[in-house]
Formats: sequence, C-alpha cells, structure tokens
Amino acid sequence: MKILVCISNVPDTTTKIKFVNDYELDKTGIQWIINPWDELALTRALELKEASAGAIKKITVINVGAAETEPTIRKALAVGADDAIRVNIIAKDAYQTAKQIAEAVKDENYDLILTGVESSDSNGMAVGEMLAELLNINSAASISGINFDKSLFTIKREIDGGTELLTIKTPFLATVQKGIAINPRIPAMRGIMQARTKPLKVVEPKNIYNYVEYTDYELPKPKGKCKMIAADNVTELVNLLHNEAKVI
Amino acid sequence: MILTYIENWEGKFKKLSYELVSYSYELAKKLNTKVIALSIGNVNNDELTLLAKYGAHKIITVKNQQLNILDNKLFAEVITNVAQKNEATCIILANNTTGKAIAPRLSVKLQAGLVAGVESIPTNTQPFTIRKKVYTGKAYNNVIVKTPKKILTLFQNSFGLVENPQEANIENLDISTAESEIKLIEVNKVTGKILLQDAEIVVSAGRGLKAPENWGIVEDLAKILNAATACSRPVSDEGWRPHSEHVGQTGKIIAPNLYFALGISGAIQHLGGVSSSKCIVAVNTDKDAPIFEAADYGIIGDVRKVIPELIVAIKQTKK
Ligand SMILES: Cc1cc2nc3c(=O)[nH]c(=O)nc-3n(C[C@H](O)[C@H](O)[C@H](O)COP(=O)(O)OP(=O)(O)OC[C@H]3O[C@@H](n4cnc5c(N)ncnc54)[C@H](O)[C@@H]3O)c2cc1C
Repeated sequence: MKILVCISNVPDTTTKIKFVNDYELDKTGIQWIINPWDELALTRALELKEASAGAIKKITVINVGAAETEPTIRKALAVGADDAIRVNIIAKDAYQTAKQIAEAVKDENYDLILTGVESSDSNGMAVGEMLAELLNINSAASISGINFDKSLFTIKREIDGGTELLTIKTPFLATVQKGIAINPRIPAMRGIMQARTKPLKVVEPKNIYNYVEYTDYELPKPKGKCKMIAADNVTELVNLLHNEAKVI
Repeated sequence: MILTYIENWEGKFKKLSYELVSYSYELAKKLNTKVIALSIGNVNNDELTLLAKYGAHKIITVKNQQLNILDNKLFAEVITNVAQKNEATCIILANNTTGKAIAPRLSVKLQAGLVAGVESIPTNTQPFTIRKKVYTGKAYNNVIVKTPKKILTLFQNSFGLVENPQEANIENLDISTAESEIKLIEVNKVTGKILLQDAEIVVSAGRGLKAPENWGIVEDLAKILNAATACSRPVSDEGWRPHSEHVGQTGKIIAPNLYFALGISGAIQHLGGVSSSKCIVAVNTDKDAPIFEAADYGIIGDVRKVIPELIVAIKQTKK
C-alpha cells in the first residue's frame, strides 16, 4: 500500500499581506511553510504507516511549484516522507494544479491520497476533490480522523453539528482538517540529514490551460474606530447594540 | 440557466438554502436567465415549494437510496446530469462542507471554472469577473472565469434573503447511480444546540477566561441572546471546549451579525475566521489587545465582572 500527500507552500500564517502593485504579492520577508493542514495530513500518514506493520510501504509527497518550494519539500522529507515529486510550474489555478498532479501520478495507483481541506493563501479548497475526479476515485471531504485496520479504512467526517463514521473503499482521496493529527511533526536533526539524500523527482509540466485567472487584489476597507464603553456602564453597550448597530 | 444545489437537513431547508436561491435569482437577472433549484434526498413538496418564494422558477427533486449519505462522486454525477439536461451555464452551491466537497468535481466534469467562497454577484459578466476573499480574509482578489460554464460557492450570511415569489413547478427526476462505496457506520450529532455556522449571534471566549470551569457565564450570555458559543484555538487545543467551537484560520470561518470576543487577544489567525462578522464586541483587560482594532465596540475590563453585568443589562432591556 502507498500513500500520496499533496503539499502546498504558503506564507507563514502570521504574515501581514502586502502587495507590490495591485497584482503581485510582496514576497519580501515572507517565511514560507507547509500549508498547516497538509502538514497534519502528512503527520497522520506517517502515524498510519508506522502502525501498519509494514502494510503501508511508502509515503510520497507531491508539490506543484517552482524550485523555490524545495526547502518546504525537504522539510516534508525530513519529518519522514519517503520520497517526493515536484511538478515544475507555478500553477495559475486549482484546476491546473490538480491536473498537473493527476498527470504526474495517474499510473502510480496510490491507495490513499491526502490533501489539506484548503490552503491558507488562495483558500480555493478545490485541488483535492478535483484530483479525485480526474483520477476517478472515491473521496470524502472534511475528514478529521482516519484509521486503517486489515486493509479497511474508516474515516470520521465533520458534518453540520456532528460527525459521521464511515468506511470507504480504496483507492480514495480524503481532504483533511483539524483533528486528523494533534501536533504536526517537527523534523529532528537525523531526519534533516536523511532528507538531503531522499529522492526528489522533478517532473516537467504538461501543457494545461487554467480555468480562472486571478487578477488584481484589493485590501479590505479599514475598519472604523472601535467605540469604547466604560466597564461600569454595560447598559450603554446594550443600548448601542440595540439602537445603533441593531443587532440585538 | 442557473442551477443551484440545495442541500437539506433531515428533510428541511434552512436560511442558507433560501440565501442560495436569492443569490441565484439576482445572478439570473443579471445574466437574463432563470433559476432551477435542485434538491437531492427526501424532501416533501411543501418544503420544496418554499424555494419558489425566493426566486426558483423550477424545482427538481431527485430521490435515490444511494444518495442518502454524501458520496461526492455520485452527487457530482447527478448534478452534472441535471446541469447538462437543463443547459446550465452557472452552478451555485453553498461554501460549506458539502458544497466544497462537490463543487471541484463538477468543475472537472463540466470543464467549468470554479470560484470558491464568493460573497457578491459578479462585477462584470463580459468577461465574467467576481471578487473572492484570499489569504483567509486578509485580502480580496478579483477573478476572471474564462470557461463558458461557471461554478460558484457562496459564503453563508454574505448575501442575505430576498423574496422574489415565483410560480414554480416541481419535477420528480429519476436518476439511477452506481452503488455507493461509502458506508455509514454511525452518526454523532449534538441536538438542540444552535449551529455555529447558522447563528446570527456568536459568543466566543478565549484564554482570558482562564479555566474551563469559568465557561458558565459564557453559556449564560449565549443562552439569553439565543446565540451559539465559540472559542479561540488554544482553548480547544487545551480541551477546555470542543473542537467544533474553534473559529479562525484553522477552524470555522463564520460571519454572524454579532460576534462577542471575550478574553480573546485577536491574533491575526483568529481574526481570519471572524472578521466578516457584521458587528464585533470585544471585552479585554488589555487596552492594547489587537482585538480592539477589529472591533466595533470595546470594553476594557475583566470578563468575570463584565459578562455577568451584561447578562443583567440584556435581561432588563428584554423586559
Ligand atoms: C498556524 C496557526 C494557525 C492558527 N489558527 C488559529 C485559529 O484558527 N483560531 C485562533 O483563535 N487562533 C489560531 N492560532 C493561534 C493564535 O495565534 C493565537 O495564539 C490565539 O488566537 C490566542 O488565543 P486567545 O486570544 O484565546 O489567547 P491569548 O492570546 O492568550 O489572549 C488572551 C486574552 O485575554 C485577555 N485577558 C486575560 N485575562 C482577562 C480577563 N480576566 N478579562 C478579560 N480579558 C482577559 C488578555 O489580555 C489577552 O488579550 C493559530 C496559530 C498558528 C501558528
């Protein structure tokens, strides 16, 4: 059995977003990280492999991006992925990303593919399910738990106001969210050393058109000043919420 | 045609369902076309008819045993089938867990560009241009959809309800599908609680509450306001509150009419999930807490004192 984990490279979540002009992200000083959900997906994949008594043989990570994303890929290898693929293109939209991945892995027959529910930059939330459709395999979204026992996978899916426990036939793709693993793994020195020699295959992109084009950015309108109310006068707050904001 | 997929919850619709139809109607007006609402699952005709009030010109209902639980693959097949038969050019879904699970598959099947998480109708139709949030609400991006067919997912509580009563007929459609390869073992549901995503008012508390046993006042405040409760991430990580209450960049993204941030510092990742709230009230002992930059109303004070007083004051106005 083998698992594929899709990872994307995003600005650190504390980044203050600025633009050079209206069209381009100002990359100066940005710390790049593995998308937090992808990191948890990888962590869970490693846990499953370790607990599988050899049934899960390999974990591969894949990223669609330019050479500058390699430190992020090496980090994934350092925490324990066995090998990596990078499709050498800066994709313009989720479809291009998903299709490039599909082309790169379609003959590999992964049993399980994990992706984060969304990336913290473009918030597209689409790559995972698009990939499942392109590979024509089962899928489930918003998965907060995944277990493996004698070739049978059970998954926990978040639904409005609760969760569902499901079984799902392989091969399948799961987009995972919080809860799938508790803390992301942090690479140890040994892992970092090993990562340097683990295989990282660079694949040239296929010619694929994008469906949507991201154009100019806008920053949200600055908020009006916060109205301060004295702590001993909460009645005033209730009045304002009732008469001014009209929300209670 | 505009096709909008309307999910149901045990046979019932909710505000979000009507918001989707209201939005679709507005879009249809702009594109000079009509709205078809598609329901999958067991929903009776009285309930289905309610969709007409918000602008559905036609209502299609598909009932099929295989579709009793969400199987993304099968649902995408059914919606694609209906979209093709009715020559839909735009498909609208909710930007919730279901919509996000199906929309990308539809995008591939119909070769239709997908814009996930829109809040308003397109600013332009030639080329089709629409605004969406990126970087977890820290910026907006204008997006051009280049394909003839388009798919949009709409943020809950962004467009609102608009009544546009129509005479719609209900069409029962038989669509057979393969057997689902996803099987339900069990469902765990909290009943009787207002869902965070559906709540008009959300009372949220952070580490400033100090310990889980102090949450009583937070729940009391929520109760008298008919509000849902939420929390910051460290609070759910510590196990003080359930994960389902965690809001922010890595938790739920919500947009209630009123959001109370009690003892929450207002970290950028927290704000990412709540900054679309129409009105934010912050209570914090630290006058320099970043939450005051995002809030509309603020009180510098101790939550243990302010919340109980607030409860009393609200009770008085309610009288
Ligand atoms: C990748 C990543 C993702 C993250 N995602 C999220 C997310 O989705 N959601 C989220 O919330 N956080 C998220 N965080 C964490 C975030 O950075 C903050 O650490 C977190 O939001 C702080 O929670 P808090 O405000 O409850 O606690 P603190 O920052 O500890 O703030 C407590 C506040 O309470 C005030 N206070 C103390 N005592 C009182 C009192 N008696 N009365 C009134 N006020 C009092 C303090 O002045 C302080 O402002 C994320 C972090 C990372 C790195």
